[in-house]
This record gives sequence, structure tokens and C-alpha cells, in this order.
Amino acid sequence: MRRVSPQAVAVVAGLVVVAGAAVLGPTLFGDAAEARDLTNRQAEASAAHPFGTDDLGRDLFARVVVATRLSLLLTLGAVGISVAGGVVLGVTAAVLPRIPRRLLTGLIDILLSFPWLLLALFFSVIWGATSTGAMLAIGFAGIPVFARLIYTLAASVANTDYVRTAGLLGSSPLRTSVRHVLPNIMPPLVVNVAAHASVTLLSFAALSFLGLGVQAPEYDWGRLLNAGAKDIYREPMAAIGPGIAIVLTGVLFSLLGELLSEDRRPVVRAVRETEEPAETDSGEAVVDVQNLRVSFRTDDGSLVERVHGIDLRIAPGEVVGVVGESGSGKSVTAMAIAGLLGPEAQVECRRLAFRGIDLRGRLSAAQRRQLGLEQAMIFQDPLSSLNPALTVGRQLTEVSQVHAGLSRGAALEKAVAALDLVRIPDPARRIRQLPHEFSGGMRQRAMIAMGLMGTPRLLIADEPTTALDVTVQRQVLRALHDARERTGAAILLISHDIALVSGFCDRIVVMRDGVVVEQLAASDLDQAEHPYTRGLIACVPGMNTDRSRPLPVIGVAADEEVPV
Amino acid sequence: MSELVFDRVSVRFGAHTAVDEASLVVRSGTTLGLVGESGSGKSTVARVAVGLEKAAGGSVRLDGAVLERRNRRSVQMVFQDPLAALDPRMPVGTSVAEGLLATGRRWSGAERRARVQELLELVHIDPSRAGERPARFSGGQRQRITIARALAAQPAVLIADEITSALDVSVQGVVLNLLRELQRELSLTMLFISHNLAVVRYVSDDVAVMRNGRIVEHGPTDTVLDDPADAYTRELLRSIPVMGRPLDLKDA
Repeated sequence: MRRVSPQAVAVVAGLVVVAGAAVLGPTLFGDAAEARDLTNRQAEASAAHPFGTDDLGRDLFARVVVATRLSLLLTLGAVGISVAGGVVLGVTAAVLPRIPRRLLTGLIDILLSFPWLLLALFFSVIWGATSTGAMLAIGFAGIPVFARLIYTLAASVANTDYVRTAGLLGSSPLRTSVRHVLPNIMPPLVVNVAAHASVTLLSFAALSFLGLGVQAPEYDWGRLLNAGAKDIYREPMAAIGPGIAIVLTGVLFSLLGELLSEDRRPVVRAVRETEEPAETDSGEAVVDVQNLRVSFRTDDGSLVERVHGIDLRIAPGEVVGVVGESGSGKSVTAMAIAGLLGPEAQVECRRLAFRGIDLRGRLSAAQRRQLGLEQAMIFQDPLSSLNPALTVGRQLTEVSQVHAGLSRGAALEKAVAALDLVRIPDPARRIRQLPHEFSGGMRQRAMIAMGLMGTPRLLIADEPTTALDVTVQRQVLRALHDARERTGAAILLISHDIALVSGFCDRIVVMRDGVVVEQLAASDLDQAEHPYTRGLIACVPGMNTDRSRPLPVIGVAADEEVPV
Repeated sequence: MSELVFDRVSVRFGAHTAVDEASLVVRSGTTLGLVGESGSGKSTVARVAVGLEKAAGGSVRLDGAVLERRNRRSVQMVFQDPLAALDPRMPVGTSVAEGLLATGRRWSGAERRARVQELLELVHIDPSRAGERPARFSGGQRQRITIARALAAQPAVLIADEITSALDVSVQGVVLNLLRELQRELSLTMLFISHNLAVVRYVSDDVAVMRNGRIVEHGPTDTVLDDPADAYTRELLRSIPVMGRPLDLKDA
């Protein structure tokens, strides 16, 4: 059961009130709104007349209620025109070939450069000062805003492979727009429509206030506000009454938009428990993990355990590979060792230590500094782990300057040496470049170099070469290898490629569904006992695989299931 | 018969030549594996064939006829990321039925349903799940659904662009087996693009190696891989991790 937020309750209640006033208002209050009581003209607010009466003695509260229908209809009509026009222009622009697309988006941008209210005033001159005229004017004035928004949304959908495929299959642009583009831009569009509705409501009030909108004897909130404003110093409620209606309805639309845009996921709270007593330090391991369990909170608030009690020890200088498929928990384990799991993860373990530092509790400043210097993490996508706005050199020297207190010059010298070690050509020049000027393999090697800036005892590499070509993969692994030779750091290599891990590591840990199924020396791979390990070895085609036979299949059952 | 021939195809992006006079032949009923690293131009070659990219020079011919708007739908492509290649809001059965558009004839509702069922069975997806959205399927299943959609178009040539590189190894095996099975049953003509030489070797009759926009080697799979003539092919072969053998990290 999802808990209903107070905001949702308020919005629904408000919508019921406004819709009720729009539907039933004229029937229930129509007579009161028209009944003239000349003896009681411009009466002050009282129990009988909460907003007072107007200059013909008509009850203003009744008139505000009756005006709801016209105000709402005008708002919805205008928003409808803006959205319809915006969809036609925006989606058309997104699916057109390049040159007509440029022309159309150029036109939209030109229209956008006119202030919106100016356009509305301009159009209302064309269509005259009637309520329909005002609706058309405000509706058309809103088209450029929506066209721009929808073009941006639609362009991102139009660039997806499924829209390309539809084109290859002969789907016409119109069909593609209706079947693929529109359904996929709907959620953000709905949110913006709701927000726009509140602005539109206000602009009707503004136009009516200027005398351009609704004309007597018709009246909407804006006209009532206009009439009341003339006497605001003598009888403020005559203006404040319709004002309240406008503001409340406007706020209601905005809240509705906010509600629709809300992420459905409930906020996750940090839970970190250390139930079991810590065992004493055992030996000289770089990493010592005992009975590690990591759980994540799901959408409905329940906990799902993804790592079910892992033991892992890494000796100084040892190269350990963790192999497993997606969802096996290998990356989560690495992140737990690096202390990088977010608050949505709940970590339980008997022991989680890096070189004697207990990672389960709060760390002291000295311990954090030691971690910063002695642990380095290399992620799959170096472009997202390097800051695109800072030079490579600036990012490399940060570790030494912050944690080791090196001077700028000394840190820079060290950075050049580190880049040289990972075989980046011309390091003195490269160090001044931005990450985007590096190739994928060079960025990954720069990340390794960053790890070398401290006094690394452990390099954690999480799928460091998955996005790279084999020849580049070889260079990155060579850099990792050289880094270890130079510093004696241990390496934890996470990969889905058992062939790669077997060729690079001393020891292989095979994980599946959050459990270690087998640990063995890389040289003993052919003696693997667990069927999953053997399946993993057999299902990867190598350069000697028999091509006349189908590849052995493992975990087809898992494949048939919906991933959690 | 359906032979796809790339005849000195060149593609330029501004001043950069992405594909430089590449010539390839995909023989009827066989699979040509195209290997190369990212940026080598191998995907661009495929995109030219299906019309997503314009060639600055040369031509692509299907059975002698130059590929243009009229006959382009007989070449279909399967993309790398199945999640991006399926509309997240469209039931997978409807996505597969979209492939029938390319056949150019009108399908009645019953015919369409029957054909979608047949295609889903062909790729080993339970047809009763046709009404479900892509998010309910695993990566390998999604890729099989995109293959079914491409087959619905009854293509003369199927282009598979890195279709297993976003998948887990065990799932990769399932997709590769499916491709070989389909090829046997339907005698598909296929251009299989991958950066993984072992995968290419497993599914291909012929292999072409591409580098910096040029085809550096092209021939029967065994010949090319057992006795590579080009230095780059040798470098590629040397870089492949072999199960249980320490990686060769020394300089060439």
C-alpha cells in the first residue's frame, strides 16, 4: 500500500471543490448572482454577503462561484489550443529532415523571443475584446512555449533506436509520431500543462483586468477583480474575494503539476546497522570481509538482499578477480569495500576492514586520509568519473595535495611521472588537457595514474575495460600491471569476462546471485568444480571453440525470468 | 538469392573520412563477420546499407540493384542495445508487428496475430507474453524480440550491429545459438558486426577486418584467422584473452 501524501489529499479535495463550483455553481447560485438589491448596493462584507455586494446590489460571493465555470472553460480552452498547436509544431519539427527542421525550429525560436503577454495583447486586438477572442489570443500566444518544449522532448525520442527502426521498417513519420513519439513524451508534458494552466488562469484575469477579455454582461474572475479593484480602499473584500478564487485555483493547478511530476519512488532512508560484534584483526590482509550482506530498499519499502554473506580476503599485492554476470552482486561487493555504497544500501557484516581500518563505523579524519591515499577505484566509464571541466593534471594532483599535503609543484611532477608509468605519451603536455581530449583507453589509464598519486595498497577496478576494444583493453591492463609492479598494491578486478580474469589474476572468485559459488587459483581453472563456473567457462566462445556445435547454455532458466 | 555488395563505399563526416573506399561482399545465405575497434567505421558501413548514413562515394547493391528508397526495406538491422531499440511503452507483440509494415502488404488482424506468434516462437519467446512491455523482459529476451521484429520484415539481408555486446556472456551464447539456428533454417544472409573476434569467428563464414575506415583483410574465416596477412589483425588476435592463459602484456 502506498501512503497517500497530504498534498495529494489537498489537491483532490481542491479539484472536487473547483469542479463542483464549475458544474453546479450557475444552477445553485445563478439566481443569487443576478438578484439585484438596490437598497443594499456596495454593501460591506457580512455573514449574508461574505464578499459584499456590487454596485447593483448583487451578491459577490455568488458571482465568484458562478464565474468559476467561465474562468475554467476559458483556461482549459486556451491551454488546449497552446498544447495542440505546440504538439503539431514540436513533433513535426522533431521528425522532419535536417534543413526544414532548422527552419521550423528557427521560426519557433523567433516567436519565443516575443514576450508572451505582448503576443496575447497583439492577438486579442485581432480577435476583438470578447471572451472567445481572449481564449484564442492566450491560446495562440502559448503555442511557441509548448512547441519549444515538445520539440526538445520529441527530439530526444526521435533519436532513439526504436524510432530509427520504425523508419527502416517503413513506418511513415505521422505513424511514428503517433505510435512512438507522443506516448513517450506524455508524462513530462502533462506536468508542464498543469503548471501552464495556472499561468493561463492568471493571464485571463490580467486581460479581463485590462478590459480586453470577457465583456459585460458576461463575467469571469478577472472582471470581478477589475470591478472590485475600483473600490479597494473602501471595500477591499470585493477585490480580494475573486482574487482568492484566482490564487487558490492557480495554486491548485501548480500543486497538481508538482504531484504528477513526483518521482513515484519513496525517499530511501539511510540504514546502517552493525549488529554483530567485530572480530579482532586477523593477520595482515589488505581487505578482510566476513559475512558481508548488502540489502537495498525496493519501491514498496521492503528490503531485498542482493549480497548474501560474502567472505573475501585479499593479501598484500595479490591480484584477485571477481567474475559474475549482471545482478551477481560483484559490483556491490566492490563498492562496499570501497565504502562507496549510498544510503539506500544497508550493509551488515561481521567484519569489513581495509588495512585494519574498520569501515563499518564513522571514520576519523586520519582514517579517511589513509583511505584516500591507499585505495583507488577505477570505474567502467572514465568519462563520468573524471570531471569534464577540470584538466587531467588538476584532478590527478588533487589527491596528493588534499591528502598527502604535497606542494603544487611536487604534486605536478608526481602526476607527470604517474602518467608516464601508465604509458600516456607526452605526459607533460597531456596533463594540461581536458578529459574529452583523451581517448577512452587513455582516460582509463589516467584513472589508474590517479590511483598512483597516493601510496596505493589496493586498486579496485570495476569492469575497467568493458567499454573498450581488445587492443585498448590490453593497454589498460598493462597499465594496471605496471602500477602493481611499481607500488606492490593489491588489485581487485571485477569483470564478467572469465577469460580476461583468468589471464590477469592470481585468484578467481566466481559470484552468482549474491553468493560466492567458487574460489580458485587462476592456474586451476580447468579443475573448476562448480557447474556454474564450468558453464561460464564453456559458454564464452574462444578462438578454438568448435563452430559446428551450439554453444553450451547456462542459466537459461534465469534468462526466462523477469529481472528484479 | 540475395547478395549484398559494398562497392568502394566512402563516408565523410566533414573533413574526417569515416569509411574509405570499403568493398565487401556478403554472399547469399552466408554470414560475413566485420571486426574492428570503435571508430574503425564498421557501424557506419552498416548504417549506409540501411540508409541511416549517406555515402559520399561508391554504392551498395543488393543482387545487382543499387539500394535506394524502393528496395531498402529488404535490408534490416538489429541494434546493440535492445532496451533502446524497443519502445518502452509499446507491448512487444505490437513492436514485432511493426516489422510487418516493411512487407508492403496489408495484414488482417488475425493474420498479424498469427504471424507475431510464429515469430516469437521462432526466437523462443512465449507468445502469450506478447502483450507485455519490454521492461518485463531480460536483456537477452529483449534482443530476441528485436530480432523477431527484423525477421517480420522478411529481409533479404539482416545486419546485426554489436548485438551481443550489451549482454551477459551466458545470454550472449543464447543469442549466438539463435542466430546460427535461424541462419540454418531460413538460410539468412547476414552481416554480423562485432569488436569481439571470437564471437565473429563463431558465427561467420567470411571475415573482414576494418581499421581507420579501411578494410585491411577480407576472406574465409579460417584463412583470415589462422594466417592473418595484416599486422593489425595479428595485434587483434594477440589481444584476445584466452581462458586460463596469462595475458600477453609485453610490447610487440
